[in-house]
Amino acid sequence: MDPTTLSLLQLGVVFFGLGFLGRLAGRIGMSPVPLYLLGGLAFGHGGLVDLGGIEGFGHIAAEIGVILLLLMLGLEYTAQELVTGLRQSWLAGLVDLVLNMLPGVAVALLLGWGPVGALVMAGITYSSSSGIIAKVLGDLGRLGNRETPVVLAILVIEDLAMAGYLPILTAVLAGVSLLGGLTAVAISLAVVTVVLLGALKFGHIVSAALDSPDRESFLLKVLGAALLVAGLASAMQVSAAVGAFLLGIAISGGTAQNAQRVLEPLRDLFAAMFFVLFGLNTDPRVIPSVLGVALILAVVSAATKVATGWWAARRQGIAVPGRARAGAALIARGEFSIVIAGLAVAAGRVPAELAALATTYVLIMAVFGPVAARYVEPVVQLVRRRPAPLPAETV
Amino acid sequence: MNIEETPLPGIGVRRELLLGNGRRVGVVTHRDGQAELIVSRADDPDACAASIPLSAEESAALGQLLGATQLISQLAAEQENIAGVTTHQILVRAGSRFAGRTLGETHMRTRTGTSIVALLREGDVIGSPRPDQVLEAGDMAVIVGTDEGLAEAAVILQART
Repeated sequence: MDPTTLSLLQLGVVFFGLGFLGRLAGRIGMSPVPLYLLGGLAFGHGGLVDLGGIEGFGHIAAEIGVILLLLMLGLEYTAQELVTGLRQSWLAGLVDLVLNMLPGVAVALLLGWGPVGALVMAGITYSSSSGIIAKVLGDLGRLGNRETPVVLAILVIEDLAMAGYLPILTAVLAGVSLLGGLTAVAISLAVVTVVLLGALKFGHIVSAALDSPDRESFLLKVLGAALLVAGLASAMQVSAAVGAFLLGIAISGGTAQNAQRVLEPLRDLFAAMFFVLFGLNTDPRVIPSVLGVALILAVVSAATKVATGWWAARRQGIAVPGRARAGAALIARGEFSIVIAGLAVAAGRVPAELAALATTYVLIMAVFGPVAARYVEPVVQLVRRRPAPLPAETV
Repeated sequence: MNIEETPLPGIGVRRELLLGNGRRVGVVTHRDGQAELIVSRADDPDACAASIPLSAEESAALGQLLGATQLISQLAAEQENIAGVTTHQILVRAGSRFAGRTLGETHMRTRTGTSIVALLREGDVIGSPRPDQVLEAGDMAVIVGTDEGLAEAAVILQART
């Protein structure tokens, strides 16, 4: 069979299969990311069926998937929200960063993966999944809760921290010297600051340049701009993903909302491809050997997120049940942990076990996070040995 | 009265009132304009007992109901000593036959013996509307009459085209 035909057939099988997995995820109310990873594992090297034919398309599709994931992350918050969040919650953000990077660092060092592995694992355990968390908060009807702004503020800061972390990671993975790394970080921090301040004052100009009443040309302009900026950033040795992220921040107001609307299906498509490819490149036979570590890491890093949320909520004068809710809401990890692991694996600077560990870890956390958020309240009630609350008043 | 406004980054904004009894009532407005009514729980003021998504039409109607309570209680007090007469509010729904037509066209007085004494529109009160007043979808008609008359009036105003 000629290679194009084979690729078409295999891509068809993959997308069709992912469609079913996505539907299944929706049915049981969970994020589709872990199922996509499982799908990739099943089809990859050493899996049930070997799908070698999609890697040509898959490679560039996965790159675009990462760019779109980060672009959408940038679109999610306005520059104003980022600046306000930074000003009001930087301390909570710092606690979050320290507490949740530590477990990853510790595991990497204990397994002998060296400083590069430690930096990668730090990012994997640090980044909560804002996608999963925002959805869970909405589904559980917690948008009106007092602890919800605390949770969202932490997500905003994590978002900003990505702009600092990704360039460092890219520089380190590229194997540049300490000086080169510091230069990359300095450049990216300067760029982030300029973009943030610029977006506050001139965001409307970027938005106006991209805006178009015609959906089709708008889509092409936004996507083109994202790929251009990502490519430029990549050429400057700053991460491509960060470029897209900063563009997302610079786009504001109604344009940002429209961009989110038109890009969402594309993001879903390419990001799914990225997760599958990550699964494909993970050898499922390595998973049993890292399962124990992944479980321990899951327990510890769940505890550190709960501690973060608890502490941040207590500072805002929120009572014990609310503190527990805030903590449990933050547990879910997902797309960004895989993005970080994906960058590391692509650079080839980390052992194969890291990909397997990251996959297993995200599988656990993306499933356990929403479950924990849902059932934390009865657990707190039980621990405090109080009678169950009166049934909600007729409202 | 103090309305507390809390931005919800990535979602929208929450505006709420702290009530005299310690509970919170408010609205979460999503970025896409979708509104959600929230009511805090009695045993845990940080949490919500309910968060109810409302359509634009429903929020407008609820706002008018609440804004109208003062007017209604005033009207009710005035009619207290007239036996058999009550005041009702009837919503002119989108798609009602009379949305976009004048009050006179309803022939309300002739058909049911009731009077439309006021129209509540987007928080404003149009008192003693004249027969040439045009009704709009979302208007809340304040009607005075007997119970039977009011039931008939509701049927007329809410009939679809």
